[in-house]
Amino acid sequence: MFARNDHMPQGSRLSLRVAVVGGVGVVLFAILFFRLWNLQILSGDKYLAEAKNNRTREVKEIAPRGDILDRNGEVLVDNRTSLALQLNTAKLPEDPAEERTELAQLGQLSHMSLRKVRRTIAEGEEVAAGAPVTLRRDVGFDLVAYIEENQDEFPGVAVQRVFVRHYPDGSRAAHVLGSVGEIEEEELKEPQYKSLEPGDEIGQAGAEYAYDKFLRGQSGLTRIQVNALGQPTPGGQLVSTPPTPGDSLKLTIDGDVQAAGEAGLAEKGRGGFISMNIDTGEILALGSYPTFDPTQLIEPTQAEVDELYRDEELAPLVNRATEGAYPTGSIFKIITALAALENGVITPEQVVQDNGKIEVGGEPFENAGGVAHGPVELRRALQVSSDVYFYLLGLDMWETNDLQEWAHKLGIGRPAGLDLPEEGETLLPSKAWHEQFVKEGLALEDRPWSAGDNIQLATGQGDLQTNPLQMALAYAALGNGGKIPTPHVGLEVEDAAGRVVKEFDFNAQREFHIDPGYRTAILEGLHAAAQEGEGTAAGVFGGFPIDIAGKTGTAERQGHIDQSWFAALSPYPNPRIVTVATVEEGGFGAESAAPVVLDILEAIYNKQAAEVSSGGGAE
Amino acid sequence: MNTYATRTRNARPEPFAVRVGIAERLGLAHMDWPLTIAAFALIAFSVFVLGEATQNDIPGDPHYYLERQAIYAGLGIVGMMLMTRIDYSRFRELRVGIYTFLCASVSLVFVFGFAARGSRRSFELPFFSFQPSELGKLLLVLALAGFVIDGARRGSAVQRTVRYLCLGLAPAGLVFLQPDLGTSLVYVVATLAVMYFGGVAWTHFAVIGGALVAFVAIVLVVAPAAGVPLLKGYQEERLTSFLSPHEHEGGAGYQQNQSKVAIGSGQFAGRGDRATQTRLDFVPERHTDFIFAVIGERYGFMGAAFVLSLYALLFWRALRITTLSKNAYGTLVAGGIAVALLFQTFVNVGMNLGIMPITGIPLPLMSYGGSSVLATFLAIGVLQSINVQAHLSQRGRFAW
Repeated sequence: MFARNDHMPQGSRLSLRVAVVGGVGVVLFAILFFRLWNLQILSGDKYLAEAKNNRTREVKEIAPRGDILDRNGEVLVDNRTSLALQLNTAKLPEDPAEERTELAQLGQLSHMSLRKVRRTIAEGEEVAAGAPVTLRRDVGFDLVAYIEENQDEFPGVAVQRVFVRHYPDGSRAAHVLGSVGEIEEEELKEPQYKSLEPGDEIGQAGAEYAYDKFLRGQSGLTRIQVNALGQPTPGGQLVSTPPTPGDSLKLTIDGDVQAAGEAGLAEKGRGGFISMNIDTGEILALGSYPTFDPTQLIEPTQAEVDELYRDEELAPLVNRATEGAYPTGSIFKIITALAALENGVITPEQVVQDNGKIEVGGEPFENAGGVAHGPVELRRALQVSSDVYFYLLGLDMWETNDLQEWAHKLGIGRPAGLDLPEEGETLLPSKAWHEQFVKEGLALEDRPWSAGDNIQLATGQGDLQTNPLQMALAYAALGNGGKIPTPHVGLEVEDAAGRVVKEFDFNAQREFHIDPGYRTAILEGLHAAAQEGEGTAAGVFGGFPIDIAGKTGTAERQGHIDQSWFAALSPYPNPRIVTVATVEEGGFGAESAAPVVLDILEAIYNKQAAEVSSGGGAE
Repeated sequence: MNTYATRTRNARPEPFAVRVGIAERLGLAHMDWPLTIAAFALIAFSVFVLGEATQNDIPGDPHYYLERQAIYAGLGIVGMMLMTRIDYSRFRELRVGIYTFLCASVSLVFVFGFAARGSRRSFELPFFSFQPSELGKLLLVLALAGFVIDGARRGSAVQRTVRYLCLGLAPAGLVFLQPDLGTSLVYVVATLAVMYFGGVAWTHFAVIGGALVAFVAIVLVVAPAAGVPLLKGYQEERLTSFLSPHEHEGGAGYQQNQSKVAIGSGQFAGRGDRATQTRLDFVPERHTDFIFAVIGERYGFMGAAFVLSLYALLFWRALRITTLSKNAYGTLVAGGIAVALLFQTFVNVGMNLGIMPITGIPLPLMSYGGSSVLATFLAIGVLQSINVQAHLSQRGRFAW
């Protein structure tokens, strides 16, 4: 037996020490039991919910946008699947140096600078913190393969299949189609986008914007069970709402007519054109030059950004047919004529002596080139484009507001009601506007509204600012006898199976009375101008097999060469289609705008002829 | 009266009066049965839980952890039985050798050790990696108890206290440098426990306690502020993150949050195979440090409370043995083992429940791992030996 040591606790002293340790043990176990009770019994529900939430991840399945078709069913825009490089920033290496290496390598692979990578991430985080950031869309398969093979080097990088808009014909109808893009933070607050989330794509311009709610599908949602690394576990698909693809949009645009117009305009230079059914407002063709390939907008390079957004002169994104603002020259004369006739200022038969020049208040107003046309009545004045005839009408109406009232009725200087978002500011000069303008100190010289101002307007010169769309409405009203249709490109919506889900019904915006006699007289004049003898555009349309009524215009623009215009109603004498074209710095109307209109009309009527001969007969 | 007489220590042994039964032959006769049952129940539960919860961990080998833990359990039980039959008092004579072996083995890890996750703790043996610091817990208690008995008459009380402390803290320091913070803390606690049962004055403990507080303050607050970090970043984060788990959701706090969610989601009856937290990797180290979370989630409050009760039983029986021991050495050894088991259990379960820092201390007899299972069974064997010897000496009989 071992010797007992005196200092060793024994008996009651040992018992005390054991009891203290025992007491500590009791307290510690009590703490554990209490804590266990607290977690499992008292807060169990909360933790169970948290655990359930923990193991699922919602994966959004993006719905493809609907296609956009032309009126014949030809595809103008569809989708192609593409691979997008996504980065889950939470899974980047914590070490800044490693993170830097990974990002730099990613940047190199996807042709982005490290700064751009970081900026993209920062922007993505700002929109949706925590959501994966799309670094680059449309990456190549070899890059994807490389990243998948070297997954260890790229923590947090994933490749997602996404839909990218595809434009089979490049720039065709680019301004009408518009573009799609990720929804902006501001837009998320708008009511029509309330079901959307950051990162969703919406139409940003053109028909994509206007008909977004039809084209945009509904994203699907799949909840999948994941482990702690966020990897799906086998058989772990829980709930799934499949994505609903967007419906297809059929446009009123006729792809062939559109192509003809674009090709014709491209030869002549900057400008715009529109061709529209004067009764229904269906737009057959609407274009602008310079144009762009919408594909460029998806992932523009710096050079493309400079070209698309920075070059004010070319401004390819501007739809000159609807957003342009120009004086129109002589094609405005039908409005002057209508105003004068309807207000009894003149009759169709009344003859006016055109000496090539008048003087008002000491200021001379001359015919183009100073030509004297001699005695002219309405029909001849329109045919040869006698300025003096219309100067005198402008002079006669300068103290009344008659000219402005009719111009306003016919749609000049006011919203045209187009179904696309792109409509520019325009201006119809009037006495009231002029006085306001002067009062605000914006005019160059402080002088009252003068007869000269009205004379300028009567021939489509001066301060007038309008565009082919508004002129098309005015001509349409003349052609149909006083009805302003609603110009539109949306025809109908079809579901994925091709069934028509919705037909758009665009009623006329307003109607007013135009005396049939006056209308006939003006159309006669226009027909003569386009296709008879000395007509200003006879050189262009003389050989055209279909009878038309058309008017040339040559607008004077400060600091620019004259702008060429042409407006046509066809077929004459019972027109159904109005076609207006303008070419900036294109010279005389017959020089450049008229040939563009001719190209469009040829496309329309050749096609019609072909359809008729083949037994068809749409239109 | 007669009965009383035979139970006195000084009674003469009756030669050849014993009919030695089978139980006595196997050394089972005087084992503490509640302690044995608690240990067996815990290891059985451990093997069961590992079998249920780790089936998908090793692809193609669903029973990897189950089989190995069962083998460790078998080896551990054999070791326990052997220990039961040895008179633990011999270890007192071997204290210097044990202490030397302890220091040498935890040092050798630095030379031959197998580095796992940046720390060298174990030797890679053909069938399993042996972690000497686990066995070291028992060795430290055995040796230090010997030193305490031995040194009782040498030097002043303060000198003795300082000597014991140094003897205990030396291996603790070596283990800390491996680095294995958790195990070194167990060493410190075991050292203090042996000293405590060895009769070190309460005032000394008060001073030691004060010094500890100051030390912790220096390590965690003053030194980093002065630009001399003593702990590795992950160590400090683990130690402090439980105080504010939401600040550390991505790192050390993440594990504890997930563990808490796992346990909480088990509610009363547990989620069984529908357990997701511990099945889908949300809780890390689920077969070792966080196995209690697995129990909590799969078997709910019923299972977890049952397991905790077994630990309470284990602790109670171990503590009881300190009072039965035939000698002071046995009291010290049993006290050291009992407190070490309590400390490990509390720190590990507390860590799982989110009220203690993450220190990497395994749950005795529950966490997967050969070294820990074996060392714990050997320690329980030593407790059994103390119990057996106490009974034998009370009967005035030596082992056959």
